[in-house]
Amino acid sequence: MSETHELSTVETEPIADPGLPAHEPRPTDVDEKAETRAERQVATLFGLSTIFTLLFCVSYFWLEVGDEPDVILGLGASNLALGGFLGLALLCIGIGMIQWARKLMTDEEIIEYRHPGSSSNEDRDESVKILVLGTEESGIARRPLIRNSLLGAMGALGLVAIIPLRDLGPLPGDKLFHTIWKKGMRVVQDVDATPIKPSDMEIGQLINGEPGIFFEEDDEGEPVIEGAELQVEKAKAAVVIVKMQPDDITPSKGRENWGVDGILCYSKICTHVGCPISLWEQQTHHLLCPCHQSTFDLADNGRVIFGPAARAVPQLPLALDDEGYLIATSDFTEPVGPSFWERG
Amino acid sequence: MSAIAKTNAKLAAKAPKPSKAGAAATWADDRLGLATLAKKNLRKVFPDHWSFMLGEIALWSFVVVLLTGVFLTLWFVPSMGEVVYEGSFDQLRGIHMSEAYASTLNISFDVRGGLLMRQIHHWAAMIFVAAMMIHLLRVYFTGAFRKPRELNWVIGSLLLLLGTLEGFTGYSLPDDLLSGTGIRAADGFMKSMPVVGTYMSFFLFGGEFPGEAIIPRLFTAHVLLLPGLLLALVAAHMLLLVYHKHTQWPGPGRTEQNVVGFPMLPVYMAKAGGFFFMVFGVLALMGGTMAINPVWRYGPYNPAEVTAGSQPDWYMGWPDGALRIMPNLETHIWGVTLSWNVFLPIIVLPGLMFTIVMMLPFLEQWITGDKREHHLLQRPRNAPTRTALMVALMTFYGLMWAAGGNDIIAIKMRLSINQITYFMRAAVFIGPVIAFMITRRWCISLQRHDNDKVLHGLESGVIMRDPQGGYTEKHIPLPAGAAYTLTARARDKVFVPESGADSNGVESPTAGKDKLRARLSRLWYGDNIQKPTKAELAEAHQHSELEHLHDAPLEGHAADGHQFDGRHDISEEESLR
Amino acid sequence: MRLTQKLSHRIAGRLSAGRRGRIAAPLVLLLGLLVTGGMYAAFVSPASAQDQSADEDMVAKGRSLFLVGCASCHGKNGEGISTVKGGQYGPSLVGVGAAAVDFQVGTGRMPMAQPGTQALRKAPVYNAEEIEALAAYVASLGPGPSVPAESEYDVKDATNEDIVRGGEFFRTNCTACHNFAGNGGALPRGRFAPALTGVSEKHMYEAMLTGPQQMPLFSDEILSPTDKRQIIAYLKKNEETPNYGGFTLGSLGPVSEGLFAWIIGIGGLVGAAVWIAANTTRSRKKTQHE
Repeated sequence: MSETHELSTVETEPIADPGLPAHEPRPTDVDEKAETRAERQVATLFGLSTIFTLLFCVSYFWLEVGDEPDVILGLGASNLALGGFLGLALLCIGIGMIQWARKLMTDEEIIEYRHPGSSSNEDRDESVKILVLGTEESGIARRPLIRNSLLGAMGALGLVAIIPLRDLGPLPGDKLFHTIWKKGMRVVQDVDATPIKPSDMEIGQLINGEPGIFFEEDDEGEPVIEGAELQVEKAKAAVVIVKMQPDDITPSKGRENWGVDGILCYSKICTHVGCPISLWEQQTHHLLCPCHQSTFDLADNGRVIFGPAARAVPQLPLALDDEGYLIATSDFTEPVGPSFWERG
Repeated sequence: MSAIAKTNAKLAAKAPKPSKAGAAATWADDRLGLATLAKKNLRKVFPDHWSFMLGEIALWSFVVVLLTGVFLTLWFVPSMGEVVYEGSFDQLRGIHMSEAYASTLNISFDVRGGLLMRQIHHWAAMIFVAAMMIHLLRVYFTGAFRKPRELNWVIGSLLLLLGTLEGFTGYSLPDDLLSGTGIRAADGFMKSMPVVGTYMSFFLFGGEFPGEAIIPRLFTAHVLLLPGLLLALVAAHMLLLVYHKHTQWPGPGRTEQNVVGFPMLPVYMAKAGGFFFMVFGVLALMGGTMAINPVWRYGPYNPAEVTAGSQPDWYMGWPDGALRIMPNLETHIWGVTLSWNVFLPIIVLPGLMFTIVMMLPFLEQWITGDKREHHLLQRPRNAPTRTALMVALMTFYGLMWAAGGNDIIAIKMRLSINQITYFMRAAVFIGPVIAFMITRRWCISLQRHDNDKVLHGLESGVIMRDPQGGYTEKHIPLPAGAAYTLTARARDKVFVPESGADSNGVESPTAGKDKLRARLSRLWYGDNIQKPTKAELAEAHQHSELEHLHDAPLEGHAADGHQFDGRHDISEEESLR
Repeated sequence: MRLTQKLSHRIAGRLSAGRRGRIAAPLVLLLGLLVTGGMYAAFVSPASAQDQSADEDMVAKGRSLFLVGCASCHGKNGEGISTVKGGQYGPSLVGVGAAAVDFQVGTGRMPMAQPGTQALRKAPVYNAEEIEALAAYVASLGPGPSVPAESEYDVKDATNEDIVRGGEFFRTNCTACHNFAGNGGALPRGRFAPALTGVSEKHMYEAMLTGPQQMPLFSDEILSPTDKRQIIAYLKKNEETPNYGGFTLGSLGPVSEGLFAWIIGIGGLVGAAVWIAANTTRSRKKTQHE
């Protein structure tokens, strides 16, 4: 049974337990003036709390929020007043209660005796007997057919917890391998859709760009893409366009004509965990992601030169359309954004 | 029952009607049998020490989080449907944003007290996790997790984990730029998981990132699932605490069999209740004076925008740090990608750390072989290896945490983020080792100091010179209570495995494990200083008497020094010199 | 076709007859002079003799200031000085334009107190007149962006739509380096994007236009002057917006918030706990009436 049913004892060697020290009274226990003072102190605190609560209520109605919020010391007045008064009201109650306990309530230490964590041996024996009896009566031990078929049924039921979750989302398919970019799509400045002519750009310039289709409207004047669909596409299609000295660029094989006049276009989505990158250092050609400091060299095909990202940032091949504006010549040639298992 | 007859009629006098409160109590007891419960628990004794109140900070801040959270749910709209903002914050008027973000702006600017409640809620959440953490440290350093409280430790670890998740889901709800970037990173974490990564990502977001499902789903987790789990675990945690009773520090009159302190009614109700109001008050003051999560300055979430200084809330800072300093390892093999650079620091490492923390009581029990119940706490110095182990873990945690803020450190201290990263890569391995060694030695030296105090007393600063020219310092013996407090602990017992083979020459099947266990146990107790024996104490006592015997004629009284230790009152003739 | 040919031959014949006259040459010359002079007058602002000499004075003054304060890093003719290892003391200033000079010298970044990876903002060394002179000199080295006119960066009349739009541009182009509140951010190797508080509208415009040091530039053709003005309007509005939630704790995001949660929140509450459980004063008096 249990060897540890008794509590351990603290060894009383080498020094014996001198016992609880004698109770020493507090000034409020022996001095009537001190006691009254403490009582008044506590009552004052509670009274102050009520005043602060009232001030809270007054501030709520008196101080404006919304279009013309009240301001005090450069801070929002309503928030400051409501928070300040509420906080003080609560603190006063709290301090009052604690002062009451510390100064006025009896502070003689009392003793309570512990019991061992485990149940008594008799209780244990008794429960074991009951468990054995009950199990016997159920016959589960003698009827393996029933037991096993029940286990099987319960186990199968576990599928019910999992299968209906299938419609939580669609299967990934090949969605992560494509973005909305395609041949001939204009590269434009984000927010105002300005199209880009190479002569408009100077060495050291950065443009945060998007595919032109994000700003197109259909015949009824409605945006072609909007809402959640826009956010989804933007999370893969956002790009940065940078212009460097053509001599500084060292394109890898096959990418020699992906730039135009020293203008290169890269995905804005970091290959680490997907934050947008647009910290461009024009003199070093480095692009730094603010989230985890992955750094990419855009003069060298977006190669990783520092940080936890493992893959170069994908490059979008550029060309000029017949009006002289920058366009993409195809989609990205590799998946954009964070790595995933099937990426290969 | 009144002793005075109320009537002199034939019928027996009726007992006077009980008071209103009594009537109510009787009504309740008739149906619920509360009296038994009340009898046992209302005068429950709780020992008094400030370090026992750290868990209370967590509990009360959790209550504040619940209260302010309910307020927020009355206005928050957990939807990612797109709206055009027409509220009172000028700088975002006319912008397309999700309803979640718009309703958060509404709460901040058009609901009186709304911004206050948002801020109190957020500060309270931060304090909740921080308090759980210092409570965990306190419980660990004082050995309060030992039998019979190991399960409570496990429950507490789960509470810490759930609290962290609750915080993450919570600050992501407003769908602002900062927290949206965090969700984007979370998507990246999931995608890094082998085999199932993309499926998990698509199932969580209902498709590609960001989709329209994530905010409503996080809302359900944040408002229903996680609070439910938290409340259940908090209740279990409190129940076990009440059942096992609180641990206490050793001291005069305190033993393993008792609890010495103050009763629940009235003292603890007042102190704990008062503390609740103080916690709430401090949080309200913080919410009123210190801005937190000013979502209107971040702007609505846009997957093409980001802010410098993008960090998660502090309690997720350490995995973020691990993510930042991790070298960029990735394996491309057989047509699949294994992203070690993300998977290891953000999935494996936190899981590992959490498991280690949860298993600490069982690990210690296995090493020391200590199966006794413990209700008296240990000072951290009396368990040097345990203390050093946790300090090493804290150092690891702290360095990772600092690494998570490396760009803020870089700009505030004019350092290079690259150098900070390189430093951290080495420091997170070397730092804990150094911290372990220093802490352990420090604890052992403190143990030695304690022993000196017991054996020789306190240094008085009074130097005596004997006729031969030698100098000695007079020591003041420790008061009996203090000396008892220092020695009311068990001696460390190294685990000794059962001897090699049994009578038939068969080796024990656990021989290998036992040998390892014995070695670890020796290392665990290593150079610990044990408390003095009776013999040592007597010898030291005698020694101190002899040492100053020659002063007795000079002072006119015995040189036993007992005038300072409370063993007898100081009379006028005696002086303290 | 034959008709026009015949006609042109006729006209040519008449013209060539006139060409052989004695007055032909001086007439053509006069015509040419009048045309070119007229076109010049019409399309190019005529610099009066006085202005021209003032410009030259400015450039000369600028040059003398330049030789004293700038040439040691930027070279006697602003051509830049490289180091042996391939770095530079000061880059070439040919083509940087007056705007760059006005920004760098006007914000005190130049002259740098010491060579380093980043020029720090400090009290300007030169006064407005000297800066104008330096700018004129550097502008004379090669064509580059000129100092913007006040109408380009003045945001006093900005509408709320301008401010909202400026915020959108700001969050798309600027916050990644300068942070959501314009409080700055870290760059590699110890560099940083500085805080934008307390920066004049003109300097903000010039910084966007010229891209100082590692900052990229934003040409007026893509990020138009209106766009730039909107960004400046948003930043200025931000500066004067009250802090609705209380003290901003540095506007650095969750790092400073966590720091304050620990120091003030936990520090304060643990302090309260220590007070609550502390031993209260004890009295030597044994009973009520001693």
